[in-house]
Amino acid sequence: MNQQSNLKIFLNGILKENPTFVLVLGMCPTLATTSSAINGMSMGLATTFVLFGSNVVISLLKNLIPDKVRIPAFIVVIATFVTVVELVMQAYVPTLFESLGIFIPLIVVNCIVLGRAEAFASKNSVGKSALDGLGMGLGFTFALTLLGTVRELLGTGKAFGFTIYNEQYGMLLFVLAPGAFIALGYLIALMNKLQKAKK
Amino acid sequence: MSYILIFISAVFVNNIVLSQFLGICPFLGVSKKIETALGMAGAVAFVMTIATIVTFIIQKSILEPLEITFLQTITFILIIAALVQIVEIVLKKTSPSLYQALGVFLPLITTNCAILGVAILVTQKDMNLLESVVYAISTAIGFGLALILFAGIREQLSMVKLPKGMDGTAIALITAGLLAMAFMGFAGIVR
Repeated sequence: MNQQSNLKIFLNGILKENPTFVLVLGMCPTLATTSSAINGMSMGLATTFVLFGSNVVISLLKNLIPDKVRIPAFIVVIATFVTVVELVMQAYVPTLFESLGIFIPLIVVNCIVLGRAEAFASKNSVGKSALDGLGMGLGFTFALTLLGTVRELLGTGKAFGFTIYNEQYGMLLFVLAPGAFIALGYLIALMNKLQKAKK
Repeated sequence: MSYILIFISAVFVNNIVLSQFLGICPFLGVSKKIETALGMAGAVAFVMTIATIVTFIIQKSILEPLEITFLQTITFILIIAALVQIVEIVLKKTSPSLYQALGVFLPLITTNCAILGVAILVTQKDMNLLESVVYAISTAIGFGLALILFAGIREQLSMVKLPKGMDGTAIALITAGLLAMAFMGFAGIVR
């Protein structure tokens, strides 16, 4: 682990171990909040903040937390950051907060955040943990934005709110629940294919 | 009458997995065999009902009178984590056979967002205690239904030859999409 360069740690989360496409973690917000590109991106950024913050704090505290109670301790740290995001979003972007709804508090139980705390931040230095959190977060944001764009484009003919083609040719299905599963399924299949082609 | 409506709505129309996207991780993770799916569904039903009752009481008797509802997320997740531990210990002592069946699934439940999701949804929808309990139980039944149906399909699917890239998660997600489409047929029964 020590030989890993910082850049590699950062890129690891975005490409090689992309939380959504490769590790398949944190599926609930991935599927639920990507009905449009903007929503997907905001959810990704909110999660990035929590990942970054909790990774830094946990790696600072890693020698203070007794091994036996580490999971509850991690959860408290994560929940604190989630509450911060919740209150800030409620105050400054209330409409976005409304549309993401219950999935903001649910970042607490997003497996990526706890997974990175346990697998990386509790074993590595502060700087590396910060980079890992940022990389993982941006990888997650990238995946969510991509899925959001695909669903929005197929469903309503728009991307980030700009009209690409006439809405009446859109397949509404992709904005609804089944479309989320199907679009993500095909995106993962595509990623698998690309990974195999690279090898 | 309204309890029946809550039941039908939570099981079929607004199915927790297929239309609200909660609890996807166990839905994809433990759905390879029908037996494990049954175990998981049982464990979730058990914990979800207890967790909803406890968090409801805490919310009404501590968080709201003291006006500290912004601590909801932290409080609820800690309650659920503690509760899962207690359930595990109690089951181990009192009913070893049930523990055998549900044991391995219990620790996984802490990170099942359906549990926390239902606890928060109940407070958002302003339900009373009895409605919350009915809602929690029906949601758990809906979760179990979706999980077991999906496990059945996946058991068949494992015998089919698939294109390489599609194997595993990709085909599972597409199958889930088709299942969700089937459940959309229930929309309109309850408003």
